[in-house]
Amino acid sequence: MGHKASDIEARLIVGFETHVQLATNTKLFCGCAVAFGETPNSRMCPVCLGLPGALPVMNRRAFDFAVLTGLALGCKISVHTKWDRKSYYYPDLPKNYQISQYDLPLAHDGAFEIPSEGGSKRVGIIRAHLEEDAGKNLHDQGDYSLVDLNRAGTPLLEIVTRPEINSPDEAYVYCTELQRLVTYLGVSHGVMQKGQMRFEPNINVEITAGGQTFRTPISEVKNLNSFRSVRGAVEFEFRRQVQDWLADHDYQFKKRPNENRGWDDERGVTVFQREKEAAHDYRYFPDPDLVPVEVDTAWLNGVRESLPELPLARRMRFELQYGVTADDAATLVADRETADCFESAAERAGAPQTTAKQFLNVWSRFANDRGVSVGRLAVSAERMGELAAMVDQRVVSATAANQIAERMMSSSDEPRQLAESMGLVTVADEGQLDSWVAGVFAGNEKAVKDAIANPKKTQAAVGFLRGQVMKASGGKADPRLAGDKIEARLAAMRAG
Amino acid sequence: MSGVLNVAETARTVRSRKCSARQAVQSAINAIRDREGRLKTFISVSPDAALKRADEIDAAIAHGRDPGPLAGVPVALKDNICNRHAATTCASNILRDFVPPYDAHVVERLTAAGAIILAKTNMDEFAMGSSTENSGFFKTRNPWNENCVPGGSSGGSTAAVAARMIPAAFGSDTGGSIRQPAALCGVTGLKPTYGRVSRYGLVAFGSSLDQIGPITVDARDAALLLAVIAGRDPRDSTSVAEPVPDYVAALDKPIHGLKIGIAAEYFGQGLDPQVETAVRAALDLFRARGAEVREITLPHMKYAVACYYVVATAEASSNLARYDGVHYGHRTPVPSDLIDLYARSRHEGFGAEVKRRIMLGTYVLSSGYYDAYYLKALKVRTLIRRDFERAFESVDVIASPVTPTTAFPIGEKSDDPLAMYLADIYTISANLAGVPAISIPCGFDAKRLPIGLQLTGPWFREDRILNLAHQFQSATDHHTHRPPLAAA
Ligand SMILES: [Zn+2]
Repeated sequence: MGHKASDIEARLIVGFETHVQLATNTKLFCGCAVAFGETPNSRMCPVCLGLPGALPVMNRRAFDFAVLTGLALGCKISVHTKWDRKSYYYPDLPKNYQISQYDLPLAHDGAFEIPSEGGSKRVGIIRAHLEEDAGKNLHDQGDYSLVDLNRAGTPLLEIVTRPEINSPDEAYVYCTELQRLVTYLGVSHGVMQKGQMRFEPNINVEITAGGQTFRTPISEVKNLNSFRSVRGAVEFEFRRQVQDWLADHDYQFKKRPNENRGWDDERGVTVFQREKEAAHDYRYFPDPDLVPVEVDTAWLNGVRESLPELPLARRMRFELQYGVTADDAATLVADRETADCFESAAERAGAPQTTAKQFLNVWSRFANDRGVSVGRLAVSAERMGELAAMVDQRVVSATAANQIAERMMSSSDEPRQLAESMGLVTVADEGQLDSWVAGVFAGNEKAVKDAIANPKKTQAAVGFLRGQVMKASGGKADPRLAGDKIEARLAAMRAG
Repeated sequence: MSGVLNVAETARTVRSRKCSARQAVQSAINAIRDREGRLKTFISVSPDAALKRADEIDAAIAHGRDPGPLAGVPVALKDNICNRHAATTCASNILRDFVPPYDAHVVERLTAAGAIILAKTNMDEFAMGSSTENSGFFKTRNPWNENCVPGGSSGGSTAAVAARMIPAAFGSDTGGSIRQPAALCGVTGLKPTYGRVSRYGLVAFGSSLDQIGPITVDARDAALLLAVIAGRDPRDSTSVAEPVPDYVAALDKPIHGLKIGIAAEYFGQGLDPQVETAVRAALDLFRARGAEVREITLPHMKYAVACYYVVATAEASSNLARYDGVHYGHRTPVPSDLIDLYARSRHEGFGAEVKRRIMLGTYVLSSGYYDAYYLKALKVRTLIRRDFERAFESVDVIASPVTPTTAFPIGEKSDDPLAMYLADIYTISANLAGVPAISIPCGFDAKRLPIGLQLTGPWFREDRILNLAHQFQSATDHHTHRPPLAAA
């Protein structure tokens, strides 16, 4: 007996395995530079080439990065961890084993908080461990293949979640948030185009129909390297698995094999690759060439204490503390330097909202033009704060501030000096303002007459006339005082 | 036809300009020319490179520069120790033409000390064997009796030193591969503490067991060489930052009051009575010089051979996976596909014993068997280590035979792997525990084949076993006897 699609309830279940390339200068077990796009086989040595007699030595910085990430994911850090060999034959794996961590991963049992409708959601982290990347096989050579080992030995952190993600959007958010986290911590550059983050969702569906619950087989979509493809693959699999179950109710976990699938970006579908072997025998055993790593608890406590406020928490705090929108908070916390810079500037200005406006409208535009983050601009947080304070205290207008900001990019003068030398300091002098206002009234008789004759048009006319005064003053007139004077003059004319 | 001087004499004569480094190298080249033919101890000899290096050392001496403590001493390396100038074959067809682009740590140290690498020695393929019969190229003969094996796996190194073709050679010891052939060839062979000497550049067999050590005529030469190669190397994570004591200065310490342990486990069934007699005579000599001999027990030693053949083969199966015909080494000429490339390259490249051990090691690491074999072996290994810890609480050194018998005829055990494995029964536990041990000549049997005495010390106490070995050699002349073809 079949079920109709309308009779069933389907719940998506997704867990992620993610490989994050760590931002070390050198490979995990040798001194070769980590490189992308270099001449094939130009970044190799006896160690990463697996020559007989060569021995691996752990890159301490990679280990430190991994521990920092583990802590940020709320994981327990193993006091005692070790390296294991994972054996399989493949030409891009020079030793025919990969150095990885099997039963004692350096981090385990954590949770990663991601934004979710109406708040946040915690995704359980099963484990995070370090391993070396393989090289690349190039198969487009006719009747032979080539191997490029530049990538062999690059440090990867593999992060495995619990199957606690329940929608394509959540999958998307998990991946983007993880990228924000690792780049924010500085442990990875997180550049998707360079394969520095590779996502592998494990997907199945829990179907409730006719009072019974069924689970579909798990498919693992390999090597997704864009957020869009993650969402696409999860969406597609959700639909496909429900349809396959509707067509064949034996399409169930354990009754049908789990499978590996690939993502076809052009067609927007996942493609069957192979059934998963029940258990491929990797013959893991402890690598006798490497000594176990004992983590010093005092050192670990130090790292834990130095852990910065994490991006999501910081964004939520920005919304509350500075009164910015969620989107604007995300922009301000895009990276740690920018967020730090913003907070210093806002404190200096004593005016967070004005500072935020300048960050979002002015500084971020300059940063984009230069392909850097706001925190990396050659303008200090103090000077940015100073400029925001000047706007807030009406020393300069917002329009004038934009011109000053542009000049600050190439000049080390103080913003106030620049405002003066550029003649942009707001004029509040009564006589000068009166003369500008008189000039504008004389030059715009029709607008003045309309404003007096028709009270409904007064508001618009005042705005228009104030704009003319700002124009006549070269942006220097204090806009609020100018408005006051225009209204007073109109009132006097109406009365007189 | 007198052959070469020993290490200390060579260095002394070269440093004092009584003889040039070139002459020292030339005398080794001459001895090799005269004696090598029948013994077949070397896989490669590099006279031109060695003479060139000798000239550099002579030039340094002429300019008044210190040429180093081993100035002009020609040495040979077992062919599993990498150096840039010669193929490093491991006596295997799979690495027949492999020339490493780097020097092993010991090669760097030796070269810096003024020693000259002259030749690479024959061995059991990938150090797997106890007779050097498993060489992929040819068998080496024992200089004391050419119908007998020299022992193994460092049999080329020990035979070359015994025949006085070279002052010293280096071997590797995974389960006795320095000490057992040293005993069978009547020379001195030292296996240092695991971690004492960097393994960087030693082609791995059993990574948690392998150590490089010197093979020399006497303990003094061993001390001179160990002093040069010992110490922490950041390229080998398992090398230890323990201070290196003055081994040569320690040689002359009196042994009065030293406590020497003997364990019944080393004197059981299968021990040739002539070997036992020679070893017990050595103990009498130590007693006469004021040492105290005490009974100890190593209760888990009976499991050592079984434990070893699980741990060593497991590591070997993984270490040898890299020889696949893809990146370097032998590649089958016309593979039909990738799997065929792997299978045929390995089938053609490896010998029978290597294949046997790869299969054994793969089996013990396989899912479903790991706990019963590999994990259990690791537990036994811990127990064996504890045996030694406990023993060294009451004694300073453990004395024993090196091998149950003297050198056996070529071919006698080559079809019986188990009998061959038992040749290492007394040497294996030192590797499992990681402790240092030395093999020194202590007599001859009725067939005038050498007998070895093994002295095992606590971790990082090479100074103590060298001291005891030197004191023994000061009172005896077994180590000065030469095989007939090298008679003075
Ligand atoms: Zn490298």
